[in-house]
Amino acid sequence: MKISRFNLISKIVIFIIMMIFTIFALFPFYFLIKSSLKPGVEIMRYGVTFDFNFKGVNLDNYLTLFTSRDGIYFYWYWNSIAITTFFTVLSLFLSSMVGYGFAKYDFKIKNFLFLLVLGVMMIPVEILILPLYKLTIFLKIINTYWGVILPFAVSPFAVFFFRQYASDIPNDFMDAGRIDGCNDFGIYFKIMVPLMKPAFGAMAILQTMGSWNNFVWPLIALRSNKMFTLPIGLSSLLAPYGNNYDMLMAGAVIAVIPIIIVYLFFQKYFITGLTGGIKG
Amino acid sequence: MLKIVNEIKKELNIKKKKEIFNSVKIIPYIFVSPFIIAFLLFYLYPVISTINMSFQEILGPGDVKYIQFKNYINLFNHDFYDALIFNSWYTFWTLAVLIPLPVFLAVLLNSKLTIGKNFFRSSFFIPALTSVVVAGIFFRMFFGGMETTIPNTILKFFKIKPIVWTFKYHTAMMVLVIIATWRWLGVNIVYFLAGLQNISNDLYEAATIDGANFFQKFIYITLPGLKPVIIYVLTISIYAGYAMFAESYILYPNARTPGNIGLTSVLYLYQQGFDHNNLGFASAIGVTLLLIIFIINTIQLRFFGLFKKAGD
Repeated sequence: MKISRFNLISKIVIFIIMMIFTIFALFPFYFLIKSSLKPGVEIMRYGVTFDFNFKGVNLDNYLTLFTSRDGIYFYWYWNSIAITTFFTVLSLFLSSMVGYGFAKYDFKIKNFLFLLVLGVMMIPVEILILPLYKLTIFLKIINTYWGVILPFAVSPFAVFFFRQYASDIPNDFMDAGRIDGCNDFGIYFKIMVPLMKPAFGAMAILQTMGSWNNFVWPLIALRSNKMFTLPIGLSSLLAPYGNNYDMLMAGAVIAVIPIIIVYLFFQKYFITGLTGGIKG
Repeated sequence: MLKIVNEIKKELNIKKKKEIFNSVKIIPYIFVSPFIIAFLLFYLYPVISTINMSFQEILGPGDVKYIQFKNYINLFNHDFYDALIFNSWYTFWTLAVLIPLPVFLAVLLNSKLTIGKNFFRSSFFIPALTSVVVAGIFFRMFFGGMETTIPNTILKFFKIKPIVWTFKYHTAMMVLVIIATWRWLGVNIVYFLAGLQNISNDLYEAATIDGANFFQKFIYITLPGLKPVIIYVLTISIYAGYAMFAESYILYPNARTPGNIGLTSVLYLYQQGFDHNNLGFASAIGVTLLLIIFIINTIQLRFFGLFKKAGD
């Protein structure tokens, strides 16, 4: 009797703790949605308040968002979709190839190269923005999709992840392929890629999320308003002069929605992708 | 049957020999070539070029002078010092919050006494799905100087005048640590949950039989079991702490930090390189940061042996 009472109290206490952190995590979204439905001046003047009043709610901001400044928001949205798609496809293709190469072959400088993969993981992008900026100008890919995509198309983390995954696949599959007369590339495309499907799923989700939200490098590589991705475009609305909060709030809400939908559908893959780095 | 097996073996041997002759030596390199190219072009070359630039004074295209260590000597100034100190404290506070708190919440999420686990885990994770800009928009408004914001309303209740939270050193630090917590809490919880699931239940059962209480189990089983994950999170947090840039960039109008409050090393690099066109000096900052991160990583590897198999 005593124990079950203790359990009940613990349950309630834990539940309260969990609710507090849930509110901490979700309140900003509530605020964003609420203020996207109200005039921007209000947010400018009052900030985030204790006000839970939904009076005067309307969709004007969304109309402004889509119509103002020649529909610049559509450009941003399209750029984000295009860059995210190209980047994810290219990065999965290249990184999985490299990961497979590391896992299934022995060659002279393999250990040294793999050490480089790990070493590169420890270099923050932020430190290299300046020389990379000069390089992209030199390669004439500044302010283009390629300029954003190419420098990070081979993701060391994804290489690491694919290598772990491919290592766990028995070599018998490859031998079977050889007997059937496949060459090495046939083995990779016809046998390994289908076997690595879960790894592709996990990395696809992670790369999509990373690219959709990527901020630092696109901020440097994209120089004109019409080339901006969503995070860069939205941050340009944070300018100190002028009231852009109408566009900002509505724009942020619509930018966040797709990724949350993807998350809700593919939660499992998110977790596999994230924890792949530790379990190895 | 035996015949077939022998046949296959023979076939395999022939294939193997064939490969050695024509392809086996090149093929692995073809597979890893994307990394080799990316490494040479987008990592090695930029590092070399930034080291080279750090010894130059660049006044314009073609107008370049080698000035030896002058850029590095100029690094001994108040701004860079402030930035490094800010980075260090920021790293310290993110570690102090973003390891114990997610461990605690992960243990709760793993407990039988918690109801609605999936809902809570998903909710904690959702902030990680957004870009730093979304966090910036909200927290700029939340910690703004207006009298009506939630933090200032609370101050008013205690009869304290409203403050602009991002314009005072300690409160600015707090705001940035809160932003980091908001964004990464759910991710770290996921890491620690994965770690908890790797700890065998038998250990807990044995401890229960021996009469260990909840806290003893936590200290003698859970914490040692989580050690590899704690080291992993420690490593990425230190890395992120010293590379922090976007949060400060978003939080301050035009990325101008008031009196070096919220100025991080990378933001300083950005201001010098892109706003003031001080390419040589900015490169010197970059090289110094590379060295700092390299040293920290080496020390960590020595201490924890991150790449050894975690079976100690």
